[in-house]
Amino acid sequence: MIRFENVTKVYARGARPALDRVSLDVERGEFVFLVGASGSGKSTFLRLVLREERASAGRVFVAGKELGTLSSWKVPTLRRQIGAVFQDFRLLPNKTVFENVAFALQVIGKPRHHILTTVPDTLEMVGLAGKEKRRPHELSGGEQQRVAIARAFVNRPNILLCDEPTGNLDPTTSLGIMRLLDRINRTGTTVVMATHDDEIVDQMRKRVIELSTGELVRDQSRGVYGSDR
Amino acid sequence: MRLQFILSEIGLGLRRNLSMTISVILVTFVSLTFVGSAALLQIQIGKMKDDWYDKVEVSVFLCPQNSSAPTCASGEVSADQRADIEAALASPEVKPFVEHIYTESKAQAFTAFRKQFKDQAWTAAVTEDDMNSSFRIKLTDPQKYQLVADVVSGRPGVEDVQDQQRLFDKLFSVLNHATLLAGGLAAVMLLAAVLLITTTIRLSALSRRRETGIMRLVGASTFFIQLPFMLEGAIAATVGALMAVGGLWLGVEYLVSDWLSASVNWIPYVDTADVLTVAPILIGIAILLAAVSSLVTLSRYTKV
Repeated sequence: MIRFENVTKVYARGARPALDRVSLDVERGEFVFLVGASGSGKSTFLRLVLREERASAGRVFVAGKELGTLSSWKVPTLRRQIGAVFQDFRLLPNKTVFENVAFALQVIGKPRHHILTTVPDTLEMVGLAGKEKRRPHELSGGEQQRVAIARAFVNRPNILLCDEPTGNLDPTTSLGIMRLLDRINRTGTTVVMATHDDEIVDQMRKRVIELSTGELVRDQSRGVYGSDR
Repeated sequence: MRLQFILSEIGLGLRRNLSMTISVILVTFVSLTFVGSAALLQIQIGKMKDDWYDKVEVSVFLCPQNSSAPTCASGEVSADQRADIEAALASPEVKPFVEHIYTESKAQAFTAFRKQFKDQAWTAAVTEDDMNSSFRIKLTDPQKYQLVADVVSGRPGVEDVQDQQRLFDKLFSVLNHATLLAGGLAAVMLLAAVLLITTTIRLSALSRRRETGIMRLVGASTFFIQLPFMLEGAIAATVGALMAVGGLWLGVEYLVSDWLSASVNWIPYVDTADVLTVAPILIGIAILLAAVSSLVTLSRYTKV
């Protein structure tokens, strides 16, 4: 589903690469943790998959497309197959829960009846049934992240990218979010989650990819957070 | 769904930047009023040319009995001199521009004179011999006046050559200068309008960065993201253009049709139909302005 071939990303000329000759494969339906210290290249990895950045060298394949040669007008089509969730939720404060999720479908031109059936289904799936009319500031952090996940998943993407989705949440709430991501993964969606949360990684026992100063230092199936354990 | 969504986005954007929207409307209104005025002035000139150039003639006044002009030293024009002038007008370099020549005798001039000033006492002292006989020349192209004048003026027997068009040309030159002035002001105002629309779109794009960011993320097309901003600019500019058309219409209706043509009625004036001819041009310019501004701004602020 995602394939990196010797990918290097240099932001400023002469600077240390944010990613340094990284090669890896993520299969369809996998759940992958991306770990590493701040600045190790996790976010760059996710931005490359979203084609928010282009690789400086090497090739990135997502959903069968080589992103280096993908023309920019095809980028939106690519992104419709990818959901993205962030630490800071990125909800629209002046829209209700329902409108926030519906927004993702409206802007890609989905018909009204499709939105009216899909959005409630998705909200129910993430455990927000009955809160459709609330605004983000009326929700707890965990609930806001659920809205963000609903928005990312409402178009049933093949890939879900999560950039520290539990970074702002307490452990119990985080666990709830992880259960939800696990459920989404079981529907066949590939999930790539960048995180600092060692407890969660250790508990889930999924594939772990560790980056350190831009280099791939560990790729372990059913791994744990710290490599020394 | 799509259309409704875009419309609500536009409404939101216009309301959020209300003061900027109003200033865009006003600036386009003023600038396009100048553009429209310039266009109407040109139409006015065209109308007057059409109307008057058909009637204008070059008049070659021949010497009367007691003329002080140096070319009239030999007294009243002789038959030889007359034939000489006629020959000059028939010469190959002038002939193609002359449509026809009409000869006015002293007697005809006297009759016309008496008819024109029939109720005035001073005319009693004027006799037929005080009148000039003349050639009235109708030109195929009124612009070629100078050519004809050069051939005949200064010849013995010719007292004076007059071109009625010259009088009009002074007026036209005044109107042309007014057009230039209006055009110059319009250019400055249009520049201000472009800058203002650019700023407005940029503000609008910045204030909705969160939305556009999410739109990009979930795969909305660039066109779909940019369309509301473009339409915002276009709508504001078009409203300004419509106001300019309305302003010009009122100006022409009340200033020109009602007032000016009532007081000076021998001139054909522009009317509201001409305003409607100019209207699509103004609206077109407004849309073009908005389009140019959008292209410049949006490529930078909402790129994929």
